[in-house]
Amino acid sequence: MDETLLQTPLYDLHLELGAKMVPFAGYAMPVQYPAGVMAEHLHTRARAGLFDVSHMGQVILRGAEPAAALERLVPVDVIGLREGRQRYGLFTAPEGGILDDLMIANRGDHLFLVVNAACKAADVAHMRAGLPGVTVEYLEDRALLALQGPGAEAALEPLVPGVAAMKFMDVAIFGDIWVSRSGYTGEDGYEISVPAAQATGFARKLLAAEGVMPIGLGARDSLRLEAGLCLYGNDIDTGTTPVEAALEWAVQKVRRSGGARAGGFPGAERILPEFETGAPRRRVGLLPEGRAPMRAGTAIFAAESGGEPIGAVTSGAYGPSIERPMSMGYVTSAHAAEGTALWGEVRGRRLPVTVAPLPFRPATYKR
Amino acid sequence: MKYTEEHEWLDLDGDVVTVGITEHASEQLGDIVFVDLPSEGTTVARGDECVVIESVKAASDVLAPLDGEIVEVNEALTDNPGMVNEDPLNDGWMFRMKIADPSALDEFMDEAKYKEFID
Repeated sequence: MDETLLQTPLYDLHLELGAKMVPFAGYAMPVQYPAGVMAEHLHTRARAGLFDVSHMGQVILRGAEPAAALERLVPVDVIGLREGRQRYGLFTAPEGGILDDLMIANRGDHLFLVVNAACKAADVAHMRAGLPGVTVEYLEDRALLALQGPGAEAALEPLVPGVAAMKFMDVAIFGDIWVSRSGYTGEDGYEISVPAAQATGFARKLLAAEGVMPIGLGARDSLRLEAGLCLYGNDIDTGTTPVEAALEWAVQKVRRSGGARAGGFPGAERILPEFETGAPRRRVGLLPEGRAPMRAGTAIFAAESGGEPIGAVTSGAYGPSIERPMSMGYVTSAHAAEGTALWGEVRGRRLPVTVAPLPFRPATYKR
Repeated sequence: MKYTEEHEWLDLDGDVVTVGITEHASEQLGDIVFVDLPSEGTTVARGDECVVIESVKAASDVLAPLDGEIVEVNEALTDNPGMVNEDPLNDGWMFRMKIADPSALDEFMDEAKYKEFID
């Protein structure tokens, strides 16, 4: 393993648990444990999975009005986000693309953000430059764990009494332990921020709970894809707009044309008109008919032979819970309707694939 | 049984070789979700991409170990690709090929050499 890779506070525990470590966003991260990707995926859906997501960035914004300030960088209703609640957001670029996706939590006198590992340095710089009057505090000394699956509540409640009463997208502070009822798997569950020094002990307690197993990045990817969730850098990036990415729901009405606080974020001139006109292409679910997975980069065609590609896959894998391959990608809007029959070119052969609704598997959040 | 550096096993019976992947290879690939087999009757040259194995991680090729003709493929893998993980050396076999010169197998590793090779 490359010695320049960063390590999370749980690095030694991963090795002890027999993880296979891989480089990811500059960190040595567990891609799988001895159980393997398929078993880890299915276990998370059946019981509970513990994920180390400490590579992600945790940021606190303080100031007189951090919510109003942050609205200058995200097309999100931050001002209307109630205390104790969290909401998905996007940093947009002046050209209308997406710089990163993130979680924004209102914790009373400050905002707490979770951003992607690969983007965190740029995000912090972007906020420091773009949020005058706001202190941007990057938290170096905290780990982030995700506990996901139907058994998550029963495993966490004894360690952090009170979490059972939380609903999906609630956030709460329990002393040193910060909890949100959210995740990246489509399952009920929690993301738990703990001081780095306590991380290993806390993870061990969770792993000792009934039905909790450690889960690597491999299963994290197939879980999020079944749940229809975007992976920044694959499914969304600076070349995709929120409307192209089918993320209209992340832009609340108050920030759209005609809303009380319409616009005022980077790229609004490109992004907002697309809510009326639509975009030339759209992110869709794609279900291959056969068993061959159509992975990222697979060209999508409107016909079985000839013609130029009308799109491409951005994420593709086998879905252990839906027991078939699944993909997500962009196609021209004329071919984006559910049920449209298309072809994906796999190793020189065009194989049938159908535009399908997302998520591939319904979420089981505790609303 | 002979072994290639591409982690295939070769089992010769007369002039027909049965080809599969080793336990080591199946462990490295992880859970296998799809096996794309060649058509029976295909003539292949050594090094040709013969089979594509899709695991939860990535797609990998199985190359033809020798010149010959594919005479049988393990159709059971189409519905149950996980067989390659469960039993790579027996029920997880991939194809049988007829070869012109059975002595060509001599150059491949025996089990002891292969064990050394993967250590």
